[in-house]
Amino acid sequence: MTAGRIGAVAVSVFRESVRDRVFYNLLLFAVVLVGASVLVGQMTAGQDIKIIKDLGLAATSLFGLFVAVFIGVGLVWKELERRSVYSLLAKPLRRTELVLGKYLGLALTLAVNVAVMAAVLYLVLAWMWWTSPENLRAAWEAPALDPALLVAFLLIYFQLLLVTAVALFFSTFSSPMLSAALTFGLYVIGHFNADLKHFESIVESKPIVWMLRGLYYLLPNLAPFDVAGEVVHGQAVAGGYVLMTIGYASVYIAFLLAAGAHIFARRDFK
Amino acid sequence: MHAIHTEDLTKDYALGFWRKRPYRALDRLTLDVEGGEVFGLLGPNGAGKTTTLKLLLQLVFPTSGRAEILGRPTGDVAVRRRIGYLPENPYFYDHLTAVELLDYFGRLLGLSSADRAARIPRLLDQVGLGAERRLPLRRYSKGMLQRVGLAQALVNEPEVVFLDEPMSGLDPIGRRMVRELILGLRDRGTTVFFSSHILSDAEAACSRVAILAGGRLVSSGRLADLLAFGIKGWEVVVEGVSREVADKLRAGAASLTPIAEGRYTVELPPSARPDQVMAEFSSAGASVVSINPVRDTLEDFFMRQVAEHGHAREVRL
Repeated sequence: MTAGRIGAVAVSVFRESVRDRVFYNLLLFAVVLVGASVLVGQMTAGQDIKIIKDLGLAATSLFGLFVAVFIGVGLVWKELERRSVYSLLAKPLRRTELVLGKYLGLALTLAVNVAVMAAVLYLVLAWMWWTSPENLRAAWEAPALDPALLVAFLLIYFQLLLVTAVALFFSTFSSPMLSAALTFGLYVIGHFNADLKHFESIVESKPIVWMLRGLYYLLPNLAPFDVAGEVVHGQAVAGGYVLMTIGYASVYIAFLLAAGAHIFARRDFK
Repeated sequence: MHAIHTEDLTKDYALGFWRKRPYRALDRLTLDVEGGEVFGLLGPNGAGKTTTLKLLLQLVFPTSGRAEILGRPTGDVAVRRRIGYLPENPYFYDHLTAVELLDYFGRLLGLSSADRAARIPRLLDQVGLGAERRLPLRRYSKGMLQRVGLAQALVNEPEVVFLDEPMSGLDPIGRRMVRELILGLRDRGTTVFFSSHILSDAEAACSRVAILAGGRLVSSGRLADLLAFGIKGWEVVVEGVSREVADKLRAGAASLTPIAEGRYTVELPPSARPDQVMAEFSSAGASVVSINPVRDTLEDFFMRQVAEHGHAREVRL
Protein backbone atom coordinates (compact mmCIF):
# COMPACT_ATOMS: atom_id res chain seq x y z
CA MET A 1 0.00 0.00 0.00
CA THR A 2 1.45 3.37 -0.88
CA ALA A 3 0.67 6.82 0.47
CA GLY A 4 1.22 8.30 -3.00
CA ARG A 5 -1.62 6.36 -4.62
CA ILE A 6 -3.98 6.86 -1.67
CA GLY A 7 -3.09 10.57 -1.71
CA ALA A 8 -3.80 10.84 -5.45
CA VAL A 9 -7.30 9.37 -4.92
CA ALA A 10 -7.90 11.65 -1.91
CA VAL A 11 -6.89 14.77 -3.85
CA SER A 12 -9.26 13.75 -6.65
CA VAL A 13 -12.17 13.44 -4.17
CA PHE A 14 -11.32 16.82 -2.67
CA ARG A 15 -11.12 18.44 -6.08
CA GLU A 16 -14.48 16.95 -7.04
CA SER A 17 -16.02 18.33 -3.82
CA VAL A 18 -14.70 21.80 -4.59
CA ARG A 19 -15.94 21.70 -8.19
CA ASP A 20 -19.30 20.22 -7.17
CA ARG A 21 -19.72 23.38 -5.10
CA VAL A 22 -19.87 21.47 -1.82
CA PHE A 23 -18.39 24.48 -0.05
CA TYR A 24 -21.41 26.59 -0.97
CA ASN A 25 -22.89 25.29 2.28
CA LEU A 26 -20.34 27.51 4.04
CA LEU A 27 -21.98 30.55 2.55
CA LEU A 28 -25.37 29.43 3.88
CA PHE A 29 -23.76 28.74 7.26
CA ALA A 30 -22.30 32.27 7.39
CA VAL A 31 -25.60 33.86 6.40
CA VAL A 32 -27.52 31.86 9.02
CA LEU A 33 -25.03 32.72 11.72
CA VAL A 34 -24.70 36.43 10.95
CA GLY A 35 -28.47 36.76 10.50
CA ALA A 36 -29.13 34.96 13.77
CA SER A 37 -26.63 37.07 15.67
CA VAL A 38 -28.30 40.29 14.53
CA LEU A 39 -31.75 38.94 15.36
CA VAL A 40 -30.81 37.39 18.69
CA GLY A 41 -28.87 40.48 19.72
CA GLN A 42 -32.04 42.55 19.48
CA MET A 43 -34.23 40.08 21.36
CA THR A 44 -32.15 38.99 24.34
CA ALA A 45 -29.77 40.48 26.82
CA GLY A 46 -26.77 38.45 27.95
CA GLN A 47 -28.05 35.20 26.47
CA ASP A 48 -27.19 36.06 22.88
CA ILE A 49 -23.58 34.87 23.01
CA LYS A 50 -24.63 31.43 24.31
CA ILE A 51 -27.33 31.09 21.68
CA ILE A 52 -24.91 31.99 18.90
CA LYS A 53 -22.34 29.49 20.16
CA ASP A 54 -25.02 26.82 20.41
CA LEU A 55 -26.37 27.65 16.99
CA GLY A 56 -22.89 27.73 15.44
CA LEU A 57 -21.95 24.32 16.82
CA ALA A 58 -25.32 22.77 15.95
CA ALA A 59 -25.18 24.16 12.41
CA THR A 60 -21.61 22.88 11.97
CA SER A 61 -22.76 19.45 13.05
CA LEU A 62 -25.87 19.48 10.83
CA PHE A 63 -24.25 20.93 7.70
CA GLY A 64 -21.30 18.58 8.14
CA LEU A 65 -23.71 15.65 8.55
CA PHE A 66 -25.31 16.37 5.18
CA VAL A 67 -21.90 16.65 3.48
CA ALA A 68 -20.67 13.44 5.16
CA VAL A 69 -23.77 11.40 4.30
CA PHE A 70 -24.61 12.64 0.83
CA ILE A 71 -21.05 12.67 -0.46
CA GLY A 72 -20.02 9.64 1.62
CA VAL A 73 -22.68 7.33 0.15
CA GLY A 74 -21.74 8.39 -3.39
CA LEU A 75 -17.98 7.99 -3.04
CA VAL A 76 -17.84 4.37 -4.15
CA TRP A 77 -21.27 4.11 -5.76
CA LYS A 78 -20.58 6.85 -8.31
CA GLU A 79 -17.42 5.06 -9.44
CA LEU A 80 -19.44 1.90 -10.02
CA GLU A 81 -22.49 3.55 -11.53
CA ARG A 82 -20.43 5.55 -14.03
CA ARG A 83 -18.06 2.64 -14.59
CA SER A 84 -15.05 4.88 -14.01
CA VAL A 85 -13.92 2.20 -11.56
CA TYR A 86 -12.97 -0.03 -14.52
CA SER A 87 -10.20 2.26 -15.75
CA LEU A 88 -9.19 3.13 -12.21
CA LEU A 89 -8.71 -0.44 -11.01
CA ALA A 90 -6.78 -1.36 -14.15
CA LYS A 91 -4.08 0.90 -12.70
CA PRO A 92 -1.73 -0.41 -9.99
CA LEU A 93 -4.20 0.59 -7.30
CA ARG A 94 -5.42 -1.89 -4.72
CA ARG A 95 -9.12 -1.81 -3.95
CA THR A 96 -8.28 -1.13 -0.30
CA GLU A 97 -6.21 1.87 -1.37
CA LEU A 98 -9.17 3.16 -3.37
CA VAL A 99 -11.50 2.91 -0.36
CA LEU A 100 -8.94 4.60 1.93
CA GLY A 101 -8.20 7.34 -0.61
CA LYS A 102 -11.91 8.06 -1.05
CA TYR A 103 -12.35 8.25 2.71
CA LEU A 104 -9.36 10.53 3.26
CA GLY A 105 -10.49 12.82 0.44
CA LEU A 106 -13.84 13.36 2.13
CA ALA A 107 -12.10 13.69 5.52
CA LEU A 108 -10.05 16.52 4.01
CA THR A 109 -13.20 18.16 2.61
CA LEU A 110 -14.86 17.95 6.02
CA ALA A 111 -11.74 19.33 7.73
CA VAL A 112 -11.83 22.42 5.53
CA ASN A 113 -15.59 22.71 6.05
CA VAL A 114 -15.40 22.52 9.85
CA ALA A 115 -12.32 24.79 10.00
CA VAL A 116 -14.02 27.52 7.96
CA MET A 117 -17.20 27.19 10.04
CA ALA A 118 -15.14 27.56 13.21
CA ALA A 119 -13.47 30.65 11.77
CA VAL A 120 -16.85 32.15 10.81
CA LEU A 121 -18.23 31.50 14.29
CA TYR A 122 -15.19 33.14 15.91
CA LEU A 123 -15.58 36.16 13.60
CA VAL A 124 -19.25 36.54 14.52
CA LEU A 125 -18.38 36.15 18.22
CA ALA A 126 -15.59 38.73 17.90
CA TRP A 127 -18.02 41.16 16.33
CA MET A 128 -20.54 40.55 19.15
CA TRP A 129 -17.81 41.06 21.74
CA TRP A 130 -16.80 44.29 20.02
CA THR A 131 -20.34 45.64 19.93
CA SER A 132 -21.38 44.57 23.47
CA PRO A 133 -21.06 46.94 26.42
CA GLU A 134 -18.63 46.07 29.24
CA ASN A 135 -21.36 45.21 31.81
CA LEU A 136 -22.96 42.75 29.42
CA ARG A 137 -19.65 41.03 28.72
CA ALA A 138 -19.11 40.59 32.47
CA ALA A 139 -22.35 38.59 32.68
CA TRP A 140 -21.20 36.00 30.15
CA GLU A 141 -20.47 32.55 31.60
CA ALA A 142 -17.60 31.99 29.18
CA PRO A 143 -15.50 34.44 27.18
CA ALA A 144 -16.76 35.24 23.69
CA LEU A 145 -13.62 33.96 21.98
CA ASP A 146 -13.40 30.90 24.21
CA PRO A 147 -10.64 28.50 23.00
CA ALA A 148 -12.72 25.65 24.46
CA LEU A 149 -14.98 26.00 21.41
CA LEU A 150 -12.18 24.41 19.44
CA VAL A 151 -12.61 21.25 21.52
CA ALA A 152 -16.28 21.15 20.55
CA PHE A 153 -15.37 21.62 16.88
CA LEU A 154 -12.73 18.89 17.14
CA LEU A 155 -15.25 16.40 18.53
CA ILE A 156 -17.83 17.40 15.92
CA TYR A 157 -15.17 16.71 13.29
CA PHE A 158 -14.47 13.25 14.67
CA GLN A 159 -18.18 12.54 14.83
CA LEU A 160 -18.43 13.49 11.15
CA LEU A 161 -15.46 11.25 10.35
CA LEU A 162 -17.28 8.38 12.02
CA VAL A 163 -20.51 9.12 10.13
CA THR A 164 -18.51 9.26 6.87
CA ALA A 165 -17.03 5.85 7.63
CA VAL A 166 -20.56 4.48 8.25
CA ALA A 167 -21.78 5.97 4.93
CA LEU A 168 -18.77 4.61 3.04
CA PHE A 169 -19.18 1.18 4.63
CA PHE A 170 -22.82 0.91 3.52
CA SER A 171 -22.01 2.23 0.05
CA THR A 172 -19.57 -0.63 -0.58
CA PHE A 173 -22.53 -3.00 -0.93
CA SER A 174 -25.79 -1.07 -1.20
CA SER A 175 -27.47 1.70 -3.19
CA PRO A 176 -26.98 5.35 -2.21
CA MET A 177 -30.62 5.76 -1.14
CA LEU A 178 -30.44 2.78 1.18
CA SER A 179 -26.96 3.75 2.39
CA ALA A 180 -28.14 7.29 3.20
CA ALA A 181 -31.23 5.99 5.01
CA LEU A 182 -29.16 3.51 7.04
CA THR A 183 -26.53 6.13 7.87
CA PHE A 184 -29.11 8.68 9.00
CA GLY A 185 -30.79 5.93 11.00
CA LEU A 186 -27.54 5.03 12.74
CA TYR A 187 -26.86 8.72 13.36
CA VAL A 188 -30.17 9.11 15.19
CA ILE A 189 -29.77 5.82 17.08
CA GLY A 190 -26.18 6.79 17.88
CA HIS A 191 -27.40 9.78 19.86
CA PHE A 192 -29.73 7.63 21.95
CA ASN A 193 -27.44 4.63 22.23
CA ALA A 194 -26.96 5.03 25.99
CA ASP A 195 -30.71 4.36 26.44
CA LEU A 196 -30.18 0.79 25.22
CA LYS A 197 -28.18 0.15 28.38
CA HIS A 198 -30.93 1.57 30.57
CA PHE A 199 -33.45 -0.87 29.12
CA GLU A 200 -31.70 -3.57 31.13
CA SER A 201 -33.32 -2.26 34.28
CA ILE A 202 -36.82 -2.43 32.74
CA VAL A 203 -36.65 -5.65 30.70
CA GLU A 204 -36.62 -8.99 32.50
CA SER A 205 -35.98 -11.40 29.63
CA LYS A 206 -32.31 -12.39 29.61
CA PRO A 207 -31.98 -12.91 25.82
CA ILE A 208 -33.44 -9.46 25.18
CA VAL A 209 -31.08 -7.94 27.71
CA TRP A 210 -28.11 -9.62 25.98
CA MET A 211 -29.35 -8.49 22.60
CA LEU A 212 -29.72 -4.89 23.80
CA ARG A 213 -26.28 -5.02 25.36
CA GLY A 214 -24.89 -6.38 22.10
CA LEU A 215 -26.52 -3.56 20.17
CA TYR A 216 -25.17 -1.04 22.66
CA TYR A 217 -21.62 -2.16 21.96
CA LEU A 218 -22.14 -2.71 18.24
CA LEU A 219 -23.90 0.52 17.26
CA PRO A 220 -21.93 3.76 17.28
CA ASN A 221 -22.33 5.90 20.37
CA LEU A 222 -22.42 9.49 19.17
CA ALA A 223 -23.64 11.26 22.32
CA PRO A 224 -20.10 11.67 23.78
CA PHE A 225 -19.10 13.79 20.77
CA ASP A 226 -21.58 16.49 21.73
CA VAL A 227 -19.93 18.75 24.30
CA ALA A 228 -21.67 21.94 23.17
CA GLY A 229 -23.63 22.17 26.45
CA GLU A 230 -20.48 22.16 28.58
CA VAL A 231 -18.48 24.48 26.34
CA VAL A 232 -21.24 27.05 25.96
CA HIS A 233 -21.73 27.23 29.73
CA GLY A 234 -18.01 27.58 30.36
CA GLN A 235 -17.61 24.13 31.92
CA ALA A 236 -14.26 22.47 31.30
CA VAL A 237 -14.06 19.37 29.11
CA ALA A 238 -11.32 17.08 30.44
CA GLY A 239 -8.42 16.32 28.10
CA GLY A 240 -8.66 12.63 28.97
CA TYR A 241 -12.33 12.58 27.94
CA VAL A 242 -11.49 14.19 24.59
CA LEU A 243 -8.69 11.70 23.95
CA MET A 244 -10.91 8.76 24.93
CA THR A 245 -13.66 9.95 22.59
CA ILE A 246 -11.22 10.46 19.71
CA GLY A 247 -9.72 7.04 20.45
CA TYR A 248 -13.21 5.46 20.35
CA ALA A 249 -13.93 7.18 17.01
CA SER A 250 -10.59 6.04 15.59
CA VAL A 251 -11.15 2.39 16.52
CA TYR A 252 -14.72 2.42 15.19
CA ILE A 253 -13.61 4.13 11.94
CA ALA A 254 -10.76 1.63 11.49
CA PHE A 255 -13.19 -1.25 11.94
CA LEU A 256 -15.70 0.18 9.44
CA LEU A 257 -13.04 0.95 6.83
CA ALA A 258 -11.52 -2.50 7.19
CA ALA A 259 -14.96 -4.11 6.81
CA GLY A 260 -15.86 -1.85 3.86
CA ALA A 261 -12.53 -2.50 2.12
CA HIS A 262 -12.95 -6.25 2.73
CA ILE A 263 -16.38 -6.26 1.05
CA PHE A 264 -15.24 -3.99 -1.80
CA ALA A 265 -12.15 -6.12 -2.46
CA ARG A 266 -14.32 -9.17 -3.14
CA ARG A 267 -16.95 -7.57 -5.33
CA ASP A 268 -17.44 -8.44 -8.97
CA PHE A 269 -17.86 -5.31 -11.09
CA LYS A 270 -20.28 -6.70 -13.66
CA MET B 1 6.35 -16.49 -21.81
CA HIS B 2 3.06 -15.50 -23.38
CA ALA B 3 1.87 -11.91 -23.17
CA ILE B 4 -1.55 -13.26 -22.17
CA HIS B 5 -2.39 -16.78 -21.09
CA THR B 6 -5.70 -18.20 -19.90
CA GLU B 7 -6.40 -21.74 -18.86
CA ASP B 8 -9.94 -23.09 -18.47
CA LEU B 9 -11.03 -19.62 -17.44
CA THR B 10 -14.66 -19.81 -16.33
CA LYS B 11 -17.08 -17.28 -14.93
CA ASP B 12 -20.55 -17.98 -13.55
CA TYR B 13 -22.91 -15.25 -12.44
CA ALA B 14 -26.01 -15.71 -10.32
CA LEU B 15 -29.08 -14.26 -11.99
CA GLY B 16 -32.41 -13.43 -10.40
CA PHE B 17 -33.24 -11.67 -7.16
CA TRP B 18 -35.02 -14.23 -5.01
CA ARG B 19 -34.34 -17.51 -6.77
CA LYS B 20 -30.77 -17.27 -7.95
CA ARG B 21 -29.89 -19.35 -10.97
CA PRO B 22 -26.39 -19.72 -12.34
CA TYR B 23 -25.50 -18.23 -15.70
CA ARG B 24 -22.22 -19.18 -17.35
CA ALA B 25 -20.79 -16.04 -18.95
CA LEU B 26 -17.49 -17.69 -19.90
CA ASP B 27 -16.85 -21.40 -20.23
CA ARG B 28 -13.33 -22.87 -19.91
CA LEU B 29 -11.53 -20.38 -22.12
CA THR B 30 -7.97 -21.43 -22.92
CA LEU B 31 -6.04 -18.89 -24.95
CA ASP B 32 -2.49 -17.73 -25.60
CA VAL B 33 -1.50 -14.37 -27.03
CA GLU B 34 2.11 -13.84 -28.01
CA GLY B 35 4.06 -10.67 -27.34
CA GLY B 36 3.79 -8.02 -30.05
CA GLU B 37 0.72 -9.42 -31.80
CA VAL B 38 -2.61 -7.73 -32.37
CA PHE B 39 -5.21 -10.19 -31.18
CA GLY B 40 -8.93 -9.76 -31.76
CA LEU B 41 -11.55 -11.27 -29.52
CA LEU B 42 -14.66 -11.47 -31.68
CA GLY B 43 -18.22 -12.42 -31.06
CA PRO B 44 -21.75 -11.07 -31.03
CA ASN B 45 -23.12 -9.17 -28.06
CA GLY B 46 -23.28 -11.36 -24.97
CA ALA B 47 -20.61 -13.77 -26.26
CA GLY B 48 -18.34 -13.28 -23.22
CA LYS B 49 -15.83 -10.78 -24.64
CA THR B 50 -16.21 -8.14 -21.94
CA THR B 51 -16.29 -10.85 -19.25
CA THR B 52 -12.95 -12.15 -20.57
CA LEU B 53 -11.42 -8.68 -20.41
CA LYS B 54 -12.81 -8.06 -16.93
CA LEU B 55 -11.40 -11.39 -15.75
CA LEU B 56 -7.98 -10.50 -17.17
CA LEU B 57 -8.08 -7.18 -15.31
CA GLN B 58 -9.57 -8.81 -12.21
CA LEU B 59 -12.59 -6.55 -12.24
CA VAL B 60 -14.46 -9.82 -11.75
CA PHE B 61 -13.08 -12.97 -10.17
CA PRO B 62 -13.03 -16.31 -11.98
CA THR B 63 -15.26 -19.15 -10.85
CA SER B 64 -12.49 -21.52 -11.92
CA GLY B 65 -9.42 -21.58 -14.14
CA ARG B 66 -6.58 -19.10 -14.20
CA ALA B 67 -5.12 -16.26 -16.22
CA GLU B 68 -1.73 -14.60 -16.52
CA ILE B 69 -0.50 -11.36 -18.05
CA LEU B 70 3.21 -11.09 -18.88
CA GLY B 71 3.81 -14.24 -16.84
CA ARG B 72 2.21 -12.83 -13.70
CA PRO B 73 -1.18 -13.79 -12.22
CA THR B 74 -3.91 -11.23 -12.90
CA GLY B 75 -4.17 -10.43 -9.20
CA ASP B 76 -0.62 -9.03 -9.21
CA VAL B 77 -1.10 -5.26 -8.85
CA ALA B 78 2.47 -4.54 -9.98
CA VAL B 79 1.84 -5.97 -13.46
CA ARG B 80 -0.75 -3.24 -14.02
CA ARG B 81 2.06 -0.71 -14.41
CA ARG B 82 2.83 -2.51 -17.66
CA ILE B 83 -0.68 -2.71 -19.10
CA GLY B 84 -3.35 -0.33 -20.39
CA TYR B 85 -7.12 -0.81 -20.55
CA LEU B 86 -9.91 0.93 -22.42
CA PRO B 87 -13.30 -0.22 -21.07
CA GLU B 88 -16.37 -0.44 -23.29
CA ASN B 89 -18.22 2.91 -23.47
CA PRO B 90 -15.80 4.52 -21.03
CA TYR B 91 -16.93 7.21 -18.63
CA PHE B 92 -14.73 9.30 -16.41
CA TYR B 93 -15.04 12.17 -13.96
CA ASP B 94 -17.24 15.11 -14.95
CA HIS B 95 -15.22 17.58 -12.94
CA LEU B 96 -11.83 16.78 -14.48
CA THR B 97 -10.34 17.93 -17.77
CA ALA B 98 -8.61 15.44 -20.06
CA VAL B 99 -5.21 16.69 -18.88
CA GLU B 100 -6.19 16.33 -15.21
CA LEU B 101 -7.58 12.82 -15.78
CA LEU B 102 -4.39 11.66 -17.46
CA ASP B 103 -2.31 13.33 -14.76
CA TYR B 104 -4.35 11.55 -12.04
CA PHE B 105 -3.93 8.18 -13.72
CA GLY B 106 -0.26 8.94 -14.42
CA ARG B 107 0.28 9.48 -10.69
CA LEU B 108 -1.41 6.15 -9.89
CA LEU B 109 0.92 4.53 -12.41
CA GLY B 110 3.91 6.04 -10.64
CA LEU B 111 5.00 8.25 -13.56
CA SER B 112 7.29 11.14 -12.71
CA SER B 113 5.97 14.67 -13.19
CA ALA B 114 8.43 15.15 -16.08
CA ASP B 115 7.09 12.03 -17.82
CA ARG B 116 3.51 13.13 -17.30
CA ALA B 117 4.21 16.62 -18.61
CA ALA B 118 5.89 15.21 -21.72
CA ARG B 119 3.46 12.41 -22.54
CA ILE B 120 0.03 13.86 -21.80
CA PRO B 121 -0.10 16.66 -24.42
CA ARG B 122 1.48 14.36 -27.01
CA LEU B 123 -1.07 11.61 -26.38
CA LEU B 124 -4.02 13.99 -26.46
CA ASP B 125 -2.78 15.36 -29.79
CA GLN B 126 -2.41 11.80 -31.05
CA VAL B 127 -6.05 10.93 -30.26
CA GLY B 128 -7.27 14.22 -31.71
CA LEU B 129 -8.15 16.01 -28.47
CA GLY B 130 -5.40 18.61 -28.51
CA ALA B 131 -7.81 21.54 -28.70
CA GLU B 132 -10.24 20.23 -26.08
CA ARG B 133 -7.69 19.22 -23.48
CA ARG B 134 -8.78 21.90 -20.97
CA LEU B 135 -12.53 21.27 -21.30
CA PRO B 136 -14.25 19.46 -18.41
CA LEU B 137 -15.08 15.88 -19.41
CA ARG B 138 -18.81 16.43 -18.82
CA ARG B 139 -18.82 18.46 -22.04
CA TYR B 140 -17.31 15.62 -24.05
CA SER B 141 -19.33 13.68 -26.62
CA LYS B 142 -19.33 9.87 -26.62
CA GLY B 143 -16.66 9.80 -29.31
CA MET B 144 -14.47 12.25 -27.40
CA LEU B 145 -14.75 10.12 -24.26
CA GLN B 146 -13.69 7.13 -26.32
CA ARG B 147 -10.63 9.08 -27.46
CA VAL B 148 -9.70 10.19 -23.95
CA GLY B 149 -10.23 6.57 -22.88
CA LEU B 150 -7.66 5.50 -25.44
CA ALA B 151 -5.23 8.16 -24.23
CA GLN B 152 -5.51 7.03 -20.59
CA ALA B 153 -4.93 3.42 -21.68
CA LEU B 154 -1.63 4.43 -23.27
CA VAL B 155 -0.30 6.98 -20.76
CA ASN B 156 2.16 4.51 -19.23
CA GLU B 157 3.42 3.28 -22.63
CA PRO B 158 2.16 -0.21 -21.77
CA GLU B 159 3.53 -3.52 -22.99
CA VAL B 160 0.03 -4.99 -23.30
CA VAL B 161 -3.09 -2.96 -24.16
CA PHE B 162 -6.63 -4.24 -23.66
CA LEU B 163 -9.24 -2.43 -25.73
CA ASP B 164 -12.91 -3.29 -25.26
CA GLU B 165 -14.81 -2.33 -28.42
CA PRO B 166 -12.34 0.49 -29.23
CA MET B 167 -14.18 1.63 -32.37
CA SER B 168 -17.52 1.95 -30.62
CA GLY B 169 -19.04 5.42 -30.76
CA LEU B 170 -16.51 6.72 -33.26
CA ASP B 171 -17.17 8.30 -36.64
CA PRO B 172 -15.28 6.96 -39.70
CA ILE B 173 -12.36 9.34 -39.08
CA GLY B 174 -12.17 8.18 -35.48
CA ARG B 175 -12.26 4.53 -36.53
CA ARG B 176 -9.37 5.11 -38.88
CA MET B 177 -7.47 6.90 -36.13
CA VAL B 178 -7.94 3.87 -33.83
CA ARG B 179 -6.85 1.47 -36.56
CA GLU B 180 -3.71 3.50 -37.20
CA LEU B 181 -3.05 3.77 -33.51
CA ILE B 182 -3.33 -0.02 -33.06
CA LEU B 183 -0.99 -0.65 -35.98
CA GLY B 184 1.43 1.96 -34.59
CA LEU B 185 1.41 0.13 -31.24
CA ARG B 186 2.08 -3.15 -33.03
CA ASP B 187 5.04 -1.58 -34.84
CA ARG B 188 6.51 -0.58 -31.48
CA GLY B 189 6.16 -4.16 -30.21
CA THR B 190 3.13 -3.58 -27.99
CA THR B 191 0.71 -6.47 -27.61
CA VAL B 192 -2.84 -5.38 -28.41
CA PHE B 193 -5.79 -7.46 -27.26
CA PHE B 194 -9.06 -6.02 -28.43
CA SER B 195 -12.66 -7.08 -28.55
CA SER B 196 -15.15 -6.29 -31.28
CA HIS B 197 -18.38 -7.55 -32.73
CA ILE B 198 -17.52 -6.05 -36.10
CA LEU B 199 -15.56 -8.31 -38.41
CA SER B 200 -14.07 -5.54 -40.54
CA ASP B 201 -12.45 -3.97 -37.45
CA ALA B 202 -10.57 -7.21 -36.88
CA GLU B 203 -9.68 -7.64 -40.55
CA ALA B 204 -8.06 -4.23 -40.63
CA ALA B 205 -5.78 -4.74 -37.66
CA CYS B 206 -5.54 -8.29 -36.27
CA SER B 207 -2.87 -10.86 -36.81
CA ARG B 208 -4.99 -13.50 -35.04
CA VAL B 209 -8.50 -13.75 -33.68
CA ALA B 210 -10.52 -15.87 -31.29
CA ILE B 211 -14.25 -16.15 -31.78
CA LEU B 212 -16.55 -16.50 -28.81
CA ALA B 213 -20.18 -17.49 -28.81
CA GLY B 214 -22.36 -18.19 -25.80
CA GLY B 215 -19.34 -17.92 -23.53
CA ARG B 216 -17.35 -20.54 -25.42
CA LEU B 217 -14.36 -20.37 -27.70
CA VAL B 218 -15.71 -21.34 -31.10
CA SER B 219 -12.63 -20.90 -33.21
CA SER B 220 -9.24 -19.22 -33.20
CA GLY B 221 -6.42 -18.57 -35.64
CA ARG B 222 -5.68 -16.24 -38.54
CA LEU B 223 -8.87 -14.65 -39.78
CA ALA B 224 -8.12 -15.53 -43.39
CA ASP B 225 -7.79 -19.19 -42.40
CA LEU B 226 -11.21 -19.31 -40.79
CA LEU B 227 -13.28 -20.83 -43.58
CA ALA B 228 -16.49 -19.46 -42.18
CA PHE B 229 -15.42 -16.02 -43.30
CA GLY B 230 -14.22 -16.89 -46.80
CA ILE B 231 -15.25 -14.51 -49.58
CA LYS B 232 -18.62 -15.45 -51.12
CA GLY B 233 -18.44 -12.96 -53.95
CA TRP B 234 -17.75 -9.34 -54.85
CA GLU B 235 -19.99 -6.32 -54.94
CA VAL B 236 -18.90 -3.65 -57.38
CA VAL B 237 -20.54 -0.24 -57.81
CA VAL B 238 -19.98 1.27 -61.24
CA GLU B 239 -21.13 4.50 -62.89
CA GLY B 240 -21.13 6.10 -66.33
CA VAL B 241 -22.65 2.88 -67.69
CA SER B 242 -24.65 3.05 -70.95
CA ARG B 243 -27.37 0.48 -71.82
CA GLU B 244 -24.98 -1.36 -74.16
CA VAL B 245 -22.23 -1.48 -71.57
CA ALA B 246 -24.77 -2.70 -68.99
CA ASP B 247 -25.73 -5.58 -71.24
CA LYS B 248 -22.08 -6.46 -71.66
CA LEU B 249 -21.49 -6.41 -67.90
CA ARG B 250 -24.61 -8.50 -67.22
CA ALA B 251 -23.11 -11.37 -69.22
CA GLY B 252 -20.23 -11.92 -66.79
CA ALA B 253 -22.03 -11.00 -63.54
CA ALA B 254 -24.11 -12.97 -61.08
CA SER B 255 -26.51 -10.02 -61.02
CA LEU B 256 -26.74 -6.41 -62.10
CA THR B 257 -28.97 -4.03 -60.17
CA PRO B 258 -29.60 -0.42 -61.28
CA ILE B 259 -29.15 2.21 -58.53
CA ALA B 260 -29.62 5.44 -60.49
CA GLU B 261 -29.17 6.71 -64.04
CA GLY B 262 -25.94 5.10 -65.37
CA ARG B 263 -25.10 3.67 -61.91
CA TYR B 264 -25.28 -0.06 -61.10
CA THR B 265 -24.38 -2.62 -58.46
CA VAL B 266 -22.70 -5.65 -60.02
CA GLU B 267 -22.36 -8.90 -58.09
CA LEU B 268 -19.47 -11.11 -59.16
CA PRO B 269 -18.55 -14.69 -58.21
CA PRO B 270 -15.84 -15.35 -55.59
CA SER B 271 -13.40 -16.39 -58.30
CA ALA B 272 -13.24 -12.80 -59.62
CA ARG B 273 -10.03 -10.87 -58.97
CA PRO B 274 -10.37 -7.20 -58.05
CA ASP B 275 -7.47 -6.01 -60.24
CA GLN B 276 -8.88 -7.82 -63.27
CA VAL B 277 -12.39 -6.53 -62.56
CA MET B 278 -11.09 -2.95 -62.45
CA ALA B 279 -9.28 -3.37 -65.75
CA GLU B 280 -12.16 -5.11 -67.52
CA PHE B 281 -14.79 -2.62 -66.38
CA SER B 282 -12.60 0.33 -67.37
CA SER B 283 -11.99 -1.08 -70.80
CA ALA B 284 -15.76 -1.67 -71.18
CA GLY B 285 -16.33 2.06 -70.54
CA ALA B 286 -17.54 1.96 -66.92
CA SER B 287 -15.79 3.64 -64.02
CA VAL B 288 -15.57 1.67 -60.76
CA VAL B 289 -16.81 3.57 -57.68
CA SER B 290 -16.19 0.83 -55.11
CA ILE B 291 -15.41 -2.86 -54.91
CA ASN B 292 -16.13 -4.85 -51.75
CA PRO B 293 -15.90 -8.52 -50.83
CA VAL B 294 -19.20 -10.19 -49.82
CA ARG B 295 -18.92 -12.47 -46.85
CA ASP B 296 -20.84 -13.57 -43.78
CA THR B 297 -20.96 -11.16 -40.88
CA LEU B 298 -20.29 -12.55 -37.45
CA GLU B 299 -24.03 -12.37 -36.85
CA ASP B 300 -24.73 -14.47 -39.99
CA PHE B 301 -22.13 -16.96 -38.84
CA PHE B 302 -23.61 -17.32 -35.38
CA MET B 303 -27.18 -17.47 -36.59
CA ARG B 304 -26.15 -20.36 -38.78
CA GLN B 305 -24.40 -22.07 -35.88
CA VAL B 306 -27.47 -21.69 -33.70
CA ALA B 307 -29.66 -23.10 -36.46
CA GLU B 308 -27.32 -26.08 -36.87
CA HIS B 309 -26.56 -26.85 -33.23
CA GLY B 310 -29.47 -25.48 -31.24
CA HIS B 311 -28.88 -22.90 -28.53
CA ALA B 312 -25.89 -20.58 -28.93
CA ARG B 313 -24.34 -21.81 -25.69
CA GLU B 314 -23.89 -25.22 -27.21
CA VAL B 315 -22.13 -23.91 -30.33
CA ARG B 316 -18.87 -25.61 -31.24
CA LEU B 317 -16.88 -25.87 -34.44
